[in-house]
Amino acid sequence: MELIDLTLIWIVILGFGVLMYVLMDGFDLGVGILFPFAPNDQARDDMMNSVAPVWDGNETWLILGGAGLLAAFPMVYAVFLPALYIGVFLLLAGLIFRGIAFEFRFKAQQSRYLWDHSFNIGSTVAAFAQGAVVGAYIQGFEVEGFQYVGGPFDWLTPFTVMTGLGVVTGYALLGATWTILKTEGETQRWAWRVTPWLLAGMLGFFVVVSIWTPLSHERVFDRWMSNIQILWMFPLATLLVSAWLYNSIRKRREGIPFVATMALFVLFYIGLLISMWPYAVPPEHTFWDAASDPGSQLFLLLGFLFVIPVVLGYTAWTYWVFRGKVSGQNGYGH
Amino acid sequence: MELDPVFLSRIQFAFVVSFHAIFPVFTIGLAAFIASLEALLYRTGNPVYEELSRFWTKVFAVVFGMGVVSGIVMAFQFGTNWSVFSYATANFLGPVLSYEVVTAFFLEAVFLGVLLFGRNKVPRGTHLFAACMVAIGTFISSFWILSANSWMQTPAGVEVQDGIFQMTSWLEAIFNPSFGWRFAHFALAAFLTAGFVVLGISAWYLRQGKALTSSRKALTMTVVLMALIAPTQLVVGDFHGLDTFEHQPEKVAAMEGVWETQEGAPLLLFAIPSQTEERNYLEVGIPKGASLILTQELDGEVPGLKEWAPEDRPHVPTVFWSFRIMVGLGLLMIIAAVAGLVQLLRGKLFQSNRLLRLYTWMIPAPFIAVLAGWFVTEVGRQPWLVHGMMRVEDGVTPSLTGGMALFTLVGFVLVYSVVFIAGVYYLSRVMKAGPESFTQKDEDEGTAKRPFSNVHTSLDDAPRR
Ligand code: HDD
Ligand code: HEM
Ligand code: HEM
Repeated sequence: MELIDLTLIWIVILGFGVLMYVLMDGFDLGVGILFPFAPNDQARDDMMNSVAPVWDGNETWLILGGAGLLAAFPMVYAVFLPALYIGVFLLLAGLIFRGIAFEFRFKAQQSRYLWDHSFNIGSTVAAFAQGAVVGAYIQGFEVEGFQYVGGPFDWLTPFTVMTGLGVVTGYALLGATWTILKTEGETQRWAWRVTPWLLAGMLGFFVVVSIWTPLSHERVFDRWMSNIQILWMFPLATLLVSAWLYNSIRKRREGIPFVATMALFVLFYIGLLISMWPYAVPPEHTFWDAASDPGSQLFLLLGFLFVIPVVLGYTAWTYWVFRGKVSGQNGYGH
Repeated sequence: MELDPVFLSRIQFAFVVSFHAIFPVFTIGLAAFIASLEALLYRTGNPVYEELSRFWTKVFAVVFGMGVVSGIVMAFQFGTNWSVFSYATANFLGPVLSYEVVTAFFLEAVFLGVLLFGRNKVPRGTHLFAACMVAIGTFISSFWILSANSWMQTPAGVEVQDGIFQMTSWLEAIFNPSFGWRFAHFALAAFLTAGFVVLGISAWYLRQGKALTSSRKALTMTVVLMALIAPTQLVVGDFHGLDTFEHQPEKVAAMEGVWETQEGAPLLLFAIPSQTEERNYLEVGIPKGASLILTQELDGEVPGLKEWAPEDRPHVPTVFWSFRIMVGLGLLMIIAAVAGLVQLLRGKLFQSNRLLRLYTWMIPAPFIAVLAGWFVTEVGRQPWLVHGMMRVEDGVTPSLTGGMALFTLVGFVLVYSVVFIAGVYYLSRVMKAGPESFTQKDEDEGTAKRPFSNVHTSLDDAPRR
């Protein structure tokens, strides 16, 4: 059995799943976060129409994350959820309100503004809660045996508020660059305008979190300092990608800003993994401590290897079906 | 007052899962109906199928949306409130729920986009394919989740080591003893639910003289189907119960209200069971009926609840009455569907005003029956979380306080009330607008730059302009 390390494979698979979630639901949550700032109602219609056919599939990556953790790293599932109890409730409530807004908004006339709010507040709360989860993960959890023993609000600290706001800004950036890609006219002009500000905001949060994390968490500090020979490349890469993004905005390239934002997210994500590796439930438990039985990991792996490529295939296909600009004609016509 | 986190978590789980369950049970059946309509449209080109499919797809979208948002809550409920249970059973439940995500949820979610928004973007055959994928996805989904649930009822293929469930056989665990009947019974319940809703709405249109052609078509299709399925459900339900009798006899004793082990137990039609006094009041029953059904012998022995210690018994009145509500509604469905078939064969269905009215009144019936059935199943499993292996109070999250549990319980009740009220409101709008208002024209002519903004399809009383 020692030939292949199943746990390592599962870290890669779930790491990929979480990244998919962040990138895909990130842009549609971002659209929700930006919703009230859109120039007019037509713009809001277009923005919503641009994500309506795909948001459900995007959100499914979150469910995969939840179920996958239960399957491969049950300890993570059984510690994070109780520890973040109230935060998880906010996350779910937020996702509920933004989800139903898709169906109800287009069936309402006078009450439409209510669903606009529902979409916006739901998306923002969900994004914030996700950012707070990241912060809480960095902070670590009070665990005895394999169960959480801390209090209900241990997760809510200035640090997690900071990571929460950071993710809200980051998702908004994804949403804005997606809007650039999918719309035209006034909506797109507006998106061009807000993107640089969001980029600046996100980099601001990035800098603060990157400094705060190693200073308050010794193990992260040691990790970066002892490998500084290679790791200095990360801030550099972030800087280069940001410059690329900024440049593409100035030159009004429609596709690059979205791609560059995704690249930024990938970089942050790798940076996070480097900081935390190999802890699944910090400060004590590694991924290997948190893993489920190898038999279960193997049973699921066999299916995943077969099914995930198919899922990726038809997901890509729907993005292809709904390619191009949404403006005007491709209404919510179902 | 002490707030008991176990009790509150049970209430909360029951509430969120009951809320979730009413949507899938409808969409599973409806997805199959829509796929059939699309197939008929593809083969015949008859516009009446398109009208029906467009209309019911609109309804489907709203209900599916509510199913999805409430389902996401479910995926995290196990961890938030039942973390010891999740951790202990992860070796089995983890892979099963993950397989549900990758084999079903992605399929449904992704092809739903094409089904809803792609009619004018993909070839007709592809659109039909998307409808079929959504329908198949809903069935795969119920396959996995019912396997998980059945395993909690009749665990198999596992052994407990140091408090953790370890797998001994995947096949035995997935296809555990109660899974087959439960799956069959549930699938039929889904068809009955969608069928009776379509029946009730079509009957309503007919009585109003609305969308006559399509409503007659829908009525004919569903009456025939229901007349076949409703009686089948009785038979399958009977076998499901026999299976339970073998594996969870205390649940059946509660269903039948049998306290003392007896030969020739009566089939109680009415009774008021008392949990504390361990007896029934006001019994009315058919002598020897229960023994006959359960053992196929008039004098067969039925074990009574007193065989189990009081703390090992489920709450008898809940199980007893939920069971009678479900079976009663099942019988009503058989009568209503068969009567409809008879009238159809006599050529009088569309004029049978009283029957049509009954159908409309019966729209809530399948939902009530489904929830009642689940209450029998789940309350009857108590006090076990995994039957015979793990008790409910041993599965709850240790760090959970009563206050936290109460907070989220109240939160979910509030959030779901909003979702439910709004959902019913908009659904009734769609229903009132009727099939004729969702025709091809609006979408193709591009007149409605803002969807739903022209008076024709507007769903509020006072359109903006
Ligand atoms: C339209 C819905 C519907 C209808 C008409 C019926 N049922 Fe049912 N029943 C369900 C929907 C349902 C359900 C919600 O789907 C349940 C809950 C869990 C399950 O397996 O199916 C259920 C559970 C359930 C159980 C519990 C078994 C267990 O979990 O241990 C029994 C014994 C029956 N049913 C038997 C019947 C009988 C004899 C019926 C006579 C007509 C009947 N059901 C009609
Ligand atoms: C679909 C409709 C369902 C309904 C209406 C329903 C109803 C209920 C009810 C009433 C309870 C509380 C029982 C009590 O405490 O007395 C409960 C508990 C529970 N059910 Fe279900 N259930 C459904 C499906 C499922 C499914 C599919 C699963 C698992 C995959 C499941 C797993 C559980 C768990 C884990 C509990 C909490 C522990 C317990 O109280 O036993 N349920 N459910
Ligand atoms: C009676 C039992 C259940 C059945 C038959 C069922 C079936 C379904 C179906 C068919 C859907 C698709 C959406 C819809 O049609 O509304 C769905 C959604 C969902 N269900 Fe359930 N479910 C049940 C209980 C549960 C439980 C106990 C869980 C938690 C583990 C769960 C998790 C989910 C999730 C996460 C979704 C959203 C999927 C998406 O985004 O497409 N369900 N369920």
